Amino acid sequence: MLVWILFLLCQVGAPALAQDLCQRDAPNGYKVRISLKTALGEDAYEWNQSEMFFFQATMAFAMRRHFQMETYNVDNIILCVQTSRVSFWFVVTSPDNTTMLIPKADVEKAVRMSRHRINNAFLLSDRTLEFLGIYPTLAAPVNPDTPPWLIVFGVVIGAVCAGIIALLVSSLLQKRRKEKGMTEDGQDEEDMQVKGVENGINLDGTYNRGFTDDDRFTKL
Amino acid sequence: MRFPKLPNPGLDDRIPSHQELERMEKEEAGDRPKWDNKTQYMLTCVGFCVGLGNVWRFPYLCQSHGGGAFMIPFLILLVLEGIPLLHLEFAIGQRLRSGSVGVWTAINPYLTGVGIASLLVSFLVGMYYNTIIAWVMWYFFNSFQNPLPWSQCPVNANLTDLVSECARSSPVDYFWYRDTLNTSTSIGDSGGLQWWMVLCLLCAWLLLYVCCLRGIETTGKAVYVTSTLPYVVLTIFLIRGLTLKGSLDGIKFLFTPDLNELMNPSTWLDAGAQVFYSFSLAFGGLISFSSYNSVHNNCEQDAVIISIINGFTSVYAATVIYSIIGFRATERFDDCLEGNILALLNAFSLAEGNITEGNYAESLQNLNGTFPETIQSLDLKTCDLQTFLSQGVEGTGLAFIVFTEAITKMPVSPLWSILFFIMLFCLGLSTMFGSIEGTVVPLQDLNIFPKRWPKEAITGIVCLVSFIIALIFAQSSGNYWLALFDSFAGSIPLLVIAFCEMIAVVYIYGIDRFNKDIEFMIGHKPNLFWQVTWRFVSPLIVLVIFVFYFVTKVSSNVTYIAWNPSSEDFPTLEVLEYPAWIYVIIFILAGVPSLVVPGTAMFKLIRRCCSNKNVYGAEVDTVSAKVQMFTTKT
Repeated sequence: MLVWILFLLCQVGAPALAQDLCQRDAPNGYKVRISLKTALGEDAYEWNQSEMFFFQATMAFAMRRHFQMETYNVDNIILCVQTSRVSFWFVVTSPDNTTMLIPKADVEKAVRMSRHRINNAFLLSDRTLEFLGIYPTLAAPVNPDTPPWLIVFGVVIGAVCAGIIALLVSSLLQKRRKEKGMTEDGQDEEDMQVKGVENGINLDGTYNRGFTDDDRFTKL
Repeated sequence: MRFPKLPNPGLDDRIPSHQELERMEKEEAGDRPKWDNKTQYMLTCVGFCVGLGNVWRFPYLCQSHGGGAFMIPFLILLVLEGIPLLHLEFAIGQRLRSGSVGVWTAINPYLTGVGIASLLVSFLVGMYYNTIIAWVMWYFFNSFQNPLPWSQCPVNANLTDLVSECARSSPVDYFWYRDTLNTSTSIGDSGGLQWWMVLCLLCAWLLLYVCCLRGIETTGKAVYVTSTLPYVVLTIFLIRGLTLKGSLDGIKFLFTPDLNELMNPSTWLDAGAQVFYSFSLAFGGLISFSSYNSVHNNCEQDAVIISIINGFTSVYAATVIYSIIGFRATERFDDCLEGNILALLNAFSLAEGNITEGNYAESLQNLNGTFPETIQSLDLKTCDLQTFLSQGVEGTGLAFIVFTEAITKMPVSPLWSILFFIMLFCLGLSTMFGSIEGTVVPLQDLNIFPKRWPKEAITGIVCLVSFIIALIFAQSSGNYWLALFDSFAGSIPLLVIAFCEMIAVVYIYGIDRFNKDIEFMIGHKPNLFWQVTWRFVSPLIVLVIFVFYFVTKVSSNVTYIAWNPSSEDFPTLEVLEYPAWIYVIIFILAGVPSLVVPGTAMFKLIRRCCSNKNVYGAEVDTVSAKVQMFTTKT
């Protein structure tokens, strides 16, 4: 009889005890804030008791994954202080002793380890499923071996240098061709047979260099 | 009645006569370069005039001086100051067929100083302008990655948090001041050369060299791209901008007229200065470009067309820029409001969607009524769209901070970034063509280098020397040096030169002779509008602007703004005073080009008076050539 009464008391007292363990600003508890509309917009699902159960299950999974030896169950995750924001507090009790709470640091380690899985379970992200006090680890920056800007720079500079060389070489060739052309022209002119009309008289003879206008070569 | 002019003996001997010009035209004397076609000439001039100032100075002036009302002083001064000066430079270059030094020396040997001043200004401005192009290229190179490097803060060494300097300011600020410039805290602290900046500077000068290698032969081809691409990109941005949320707010903000600003004299002075600098007058480049035209080219029509294009481009660019700024401001406003709403929801554990943008104001009032202390502790930010819109920035701040931030918020950001920086690059490069022309041709005219040196070599030397001196802009303090050059090298000397140009043409060359020249060239005498503006109106406007500028600069304490992470108001830029030795530099930048004008005249006077030898020159017409004979009589 006494045992039966004690048992009854335990049934009544256990949730009350659990209620004492989980409260706002619990020393070993964490506040969770969920922003469904921000994350999913139109596709946001409704946050109800089933989702709360899913959360308990996910947290139990996270604790199991971290501690590996211990078998955490849904009952070990106690939730309280639910608001319409969707935010609530939770604490984790030890599977061996339901009155003992797992320290904050261990819970944090478990959450960090499985953060990605927890987020994905709810289709949320670090920003929309917040564990207040557990900051998301920042993604390690991707450092490529060669900075991309150097590659573009190399391409541009290569093209520019090729252009400069091409233009300079063509300038040089042009100049050389002009000089060669001028000296060749000079010789041709001197030996040329002139078949032209000068002063109305048809000339058919060789040019007498003695009377050539050669002030191209000498200037007064 | 002949307009009064100063005595100018021997003018006819120094300049080709009309008959000689006709003869040169027919014989096509092949020594002087020529434009392949009129399009090249127009595109080159448009490219020279339309530059970075149209994109990042005009929109700021427009917005800060009463929006649409600013158009009134701008257009009035465009007509009274810009077009006459432009026509003058085109006409004198086409008539005397020489670069700036050649033209002024031909008018009167004592005026050589005006040409030399143009040379110095072109050189100094070219140096710092190409550095801006180097910065544009750096951003262009960095645009080929997703996400863009200025879209997020880098993480600190042990991956715990964002870098403090970036977290306190913004990713775009950080990328500009730290990753790009690696700026020091003051102009005195040089901080050494930044290797990536040196590379970009090298790339910029090499690219400029390849385009200017053979003078207008190569630039004439390059301008087909560099002068037209900016318009294409602006149109693309306009279409993109108009589809973004908030763009119309930006355009409305830009053009909303505030007629009271017209009473403010600084509005008129800023408009006058903007017209003047926007036309790239007094650099000598326009005179040079015009001298490669045929003698009977209609320079009057060209001047009007180019002025209209320049004015239209300014307004068009302002529209595009402010549509994007409107988008950015709206994004910022939305973010600010969202942040506040989230803070309220979290503090009071209300369901999402309880407070929206629509009912924010009344919800805040309600909550403030019931829980004032909580609201106080939240420290909500005031979100005002007008404040975000009027974070009016100009210059490098607009391009490298505000606009880059707007780009990160657009989808497919790397594409927009690449387009934007290609546009800035083309705008800057086409202006540099004019700068190089204004530097190289006077050097050739002054016979500083031996005549047989090809143009490629002279251009190469100019680029090399400019690059070496421009390395001061690649230091940590380079940004401050550039601001210094911008304020002093490119402002006062140009006004002095422009004023001297007008006095020289109207009073020393003689406006009557000039009118006859223009009648010979284009077939009709310039009408009353040109007469009035050349003789009185334009010189007066330039003089007024010069006096105002000079007085403001001299009387005010010269300060500059610096980026100092350890200052109190960080991220607001710190206002510092220049150290004493900077005044020497300021004098070199602004004083030397201005003083060269009277200085050269004095030098020539002294040389002529004090020399013992009297040189007699005689000309003998012989069968083969016109022979100059000089004898010296002691």
